[in-house]
Amino acid sequence: MAIGVTNAPEKSKSSGSIINDPQVRGIFYQAVTIIILAVLVYWIADNTVENLRRANIASGYGFLNSRAGFDVGQSLIAFTSDSSYGRALVVGFVNTLLVAITGIVTATIIGFLVGIGRLSHNWIIAKLSLTYVEVFRNIPPLLVIFFWYSGVLAILPQARDALALPFDIFVSNRGVAFPRPIFGEGAEYALLAFLVAIAASVFFARYARKRQEATGQRLPVLWTVLGLIIGLPLVTFVAAGAPLTFDLPVAGKFNLTGGSVVGPEFMSLFLALSFYTAAFIAEIVRAGIRGVSKGQTEAAHALGIRPRLTTRLVIVPQAMRIIIPPLTSQYLNLTKNSSLAVAVGYADLVAVGGTILNQTGQSIEVVSIWLIVYLSLSLATSLFMNWYNARMALVER
Amino acid sequence: MSTHQASFVRASMIEASPAPALDTGIMLWLRKNLFATPKDTVLTIISLLILAWLVPPAINWLFIDAAWTGGGRGVCATLAQGGTQPEGWSGACWAFVNAKFGQFIFGRYPLEERWRPALVGILFVLFLVPMLIPKIPYKGLNAVLLLVVLPIIATILLPGGWLGLPYVETPLWGGLMVTLALSFVGIAVSLPLGILLALGRRSNMPVIKMLCTVFIEVVRGVPLITVLFMASVMLPLFLPQGVTFDKFLRALIGVSLFASAYMAEVVRGGLQAIPKGQYEGADSLGLSYWQKMNLIVLPQALKLVIPGIVNTFIGLFKDTSLVSIIGMFDLLGIVRLNFTDTNWASAVTPLTGLIFAGFVFWLFCFGMSRYSGFMERVLDRSQR
Repeated sequence: MAIGVTNAPEKSKSSGSIINDPQVRGIFYQAVTIIILAVLVYWIADNTVENLRRANIASGYGFLNSRAGFDVGQSLIAFTSDSSYGRALVVGFVNTLLVAITGIVTATIIGFLVGIGRLSHNWIIAKLSLTYVEVFRNIPPLLVIFFWYSGVLAILPQARDALALPFDIFVSNRGVAFPRPIFGEGAEYALLAFLVAIAASVFFARYARKRQEATGQRLPVLWTVLGLIIGLPLVTFVAAGAPLTFDLPVAGKFNLTGGSVVGPEFMSLFLALSFYTAAFIAEIVRAGIRGVSKGQTEAAHALGIRPRLTTRLVIVPQAMRIIIPPLTSQYLNLTKNSSLAVAVGYADLVAVGGTILNQTGQSIEVVSIWLIVYLSLSLATSLFMNWYNARMALVER
Repeated sequence: MSTHQASFVRASMIEASPAPALDTGIMLWLRKNLFATPKDTVLTIISLLILAWLVPPAINWLFIDAAWTGGGRGVCATLAQGGTQPEGWSGACWAFVNAKFGQFIFGRYPLEERWRPALVGILFVLFLVPMLIPKIPYKGLNAVLLLVVLPIIATILLPGGWLGLPYVETPLWGGLMVTLALSFVGIAVSLPLGILLALGRRSNMPVIKMLCTVFIEVVRGVPLITVLFMASVMLPLFLPQGVTFDKFLRALIGVSLFASAYMAEVVRGGLQAIPKGQYEGADSLGLSYWQKMNLIVLPQALKLVIPGIVNTFIGLFKDTSLVSIIGMFDLLGIVRLNFTDTNWASAVTPLTGLIFAGFVFWLFCFGMSRYSGFMERVLDRSQR
């Protein structure tokens, strides 16, 4: 203190020169940055306008209403080549979401299994999991996509001698064909029963929780909820006369007819993204479980909590606190990696946008749509993360 | 008293008898690690069955049934497919990799000029290896050789066009050479740029802070492929008529900018982990901002985040494979290009080529992650 730490902002006065004032310098640097940036933006905008004028490209989003003129391989919503560019982009977005959601589900399942496997006391399981992680983490996802697409799926037999699996599933180089369920009259009651079951489960879970807090008695929540959600729709469905038929795929001379077909493009992308992301999720899960200190387990055992309940009530909730934030960013990574679809021709947002870009030359508009869609996805993810972190943060006294 | 001897008191210790056979050596290990509980036993047996089902066919396919030598697709195709192999044959076509090896390494670089990238590659290894071994002195000189001299030599030798060297345009470059060049430049650019961006994001100046934050968040929020599309489609729009950028250079810019945003977040994590006292201590010594950062904060912060930095490097290395989508022929791109070679097209060629490419990528990435673990241990020891 004696050396003289002054809190007053008069320290610059002694040096005398305004040049050495850090505040003045800061303002100067920022002003210079703004000016350079403004000049750069003006120069770019000027060049762009000039280039667009020369190439006869009208800027603006009007092109979204014009006829697309191309077909997309796989689409969940109706699309023909007469539909508009805008609709094509929507189809692409839906396809992106489709592969992202299915991929996330599979990757989570594989990732958790492998991650827990790495911590197993069983030597062979631990080593197998380690091998899985080290192999898939260190190979580019694009290569894995091609591995499935041109290495495995492309050399499957032709459609006319497709491999027949149980349940009328056929695998050929045109993809996987499986029976398509057709719901008849009364199937909507089963859906209704499903919704009722979910609502009932939520109420039951709340009731069980209240009861436990009041009396300390635990109700079998898991089994009741499972019974409700599976049983109620099933009973309703049977009561309605089981209005379900299947459109079975039949091997024809050149192609399979009937049923639903999942193309090799989707399959390869889905498999590659699932396996690749699962390796990262496995490491996150392992780190999360290892992150819960051993004292927690020992304390739970000292309180007489049985091992299985210890895992469920003590370890998992604390591990999830560590796991969820990096897990969400892996989900986001998977969604962004689904843009690799363009390499195998699966019609996702980037692939459809690329086609439109080549047809119309509206590069700025298409790229801006990409940016907006992906940025909103990542913004939504980070909002969720902030909410989750705030909810899960340790309340310390 | 000592003369009094009772016959029932032993005078000498009994020999220790050996532990039960089940509690020693390999039996103990097996029991503890493979058959500890009934559940473990079931898991072990299932895994062994799966391994027995997968591994022998894989070894067969990769090595025993594989076609190692040959001059064309004949050795990799069955009789029905127009080849020489018996019906029902399937195996790796290493002859294909063997025949195309030069292309996989150098792309379509002219044959008589291939000594140039080879020389650059040899110099790269010569400069890199001593850099990686902590005990070898003269790290400063070594860094100058690796980061200044080598890029200069590479920019003279690889494209050529002067000093009597014929010009080799970048579309002819390819293979592992392009993958390594992209990664090297990406790593060399993204680390300093990422540090600057991270410092900018923690700056007191609102304008700088906002610009850096927006850049980092936008780049991190979009897939690399859109950044590459931007670099290849929009960059020409932004430049005046007549000014053209080389495609290779555009990919370089895209990859480097993308990696630097991720690097910035890693470095920022390190900066945040440094206690405030370090910043204040540097301030109280009268160090300027850059002195404070260079001498006090960054050395500690970077050391903390070495795993993150190397992970970003590995990600960058894997991401370079995406340039094959915008029409460049890196290792993956050139392997795929060769699938269409009618002289070699067969059912097993794609799988073989991809396994080869995957193995090369895996080798580099695995090596990097192992080295990062080693460095962590070295630095950790020096701290104590």
